[in-house]
Amino acid sequence: MLKQLSTCITFLFVVLWCAQNAYAGIDIYQFDNAEEEKQFRNLVEELRCPKCQNQNLADSNAGLAKDLKDRTYQLVKEGKSNKEIKAYLVERYGDFIIYRPPFRFSTALLWLGPLLVFLLVFGILIRKRLQTADIQTGEMSTKERERLSNLLENQDSNET
Amino acid sequence: MNRTFFIYLAPFILFIALAGVLFFALGKDPKLLPSAKLGKPFPDFQLPGLHQPEKTLSKTELVGEVVLINIWATWCVSCLVEHPVLSKLARSGVIIYGLNYKDVRSAAIVFLENHGNPYREVFFDANGSLGLDLGVYGAPETYFLDREGQIRYRHIGVITTDIWQNKLKSIYQGLIQENQE
Repeated sequence: MLKQLSTCITFLFVVLWCAQNAYAGIDIYQFDNAEEEKQFRNLVEELRCPKCQNQNLADSNAGLAKDLKDRTYQLVKEGKSNKEIKAYLVERYGDFIIYRPPFRFSTALLWLGPLLVFLLVFGILIRKRLQTADIQTGEMSTKERERLSNLLENQDSNET
Repeated sequence: MNRTFFIYLAPFILFIALAGVLFFALGKDPKLLPSAKLGKPFPDFQLPGLHQPEKTLSKTELVGEVVLINIWATWCVSCLVEHPVLSKLARSGVIIYGLNYKDVRSAAIVFLENHGNPYREVFFDANGSLGLDLGVYGAPETYFLDREGQIRYRHIGVITTDIWQNKLKSIYQGLIQENQE
């Protein structure tokens, strides 16, 4: 019984080990140092695949995504900075390829929109707040005084 | 018509405006990306010919005339649909160059033998490097170049007779008439 169990566990380990190796096989890019690898990983996470839209290069299996990953790898190996690599790809594929659009006249509303809405709502709330505060601290007008005293008198007469 | 009326009306107006924007965006094809290369010179390249692997072709082939560059491949079904239209255009005197994109040489040669060759010359881009420099993200695509070798128009997808007659022909004629002495 114990022997069977240990065989079973050994088998499981062998299978898992093989699976791990198979996974490692997918990673075909070799790097000299951890920094290069990190730069490459960050880039392919942040670059968008033009073919299979709404996927980044890292997630996409499209042929074009592979070409773009290869080119990115090559550029990283050449020691290019993130900025240079992005500029290189934008020159070819346009702003679409980066998930974070640059700040321009045409993208101003996109970037500042949320801030504008926030300020608008904040402004409205402040105004409302001030108005209610005014009502609370404000003096009563003569008309209001008259109405109040009338009401109080009526109440008195009702009680008696 | 007092102030509160307008305040209560505001969300409704906002809704209409937003719905309008979204409704008109519905008709747009998100797959049609704006080209980053319009008005820019065609990228430099060194590629072998499809039929002559030993010959190195470069950008100088393309400069001097108004030409079309068609990106195609045998794995691309739409390219087969487009092929007869390109053949017709070539017969009517339009100069078309082919960029065989990420394809197998022998298959591409057989394709042209079977369906006819509308191209003046075919560049063989096995790993898609010129495609990447152009910003190609699928086949077929067709680029319109002026006499200076600048990219003036990019058509994504199949060229049908309809599209040619209604849209592309006038663009092509415009380029032909440009700086014509």
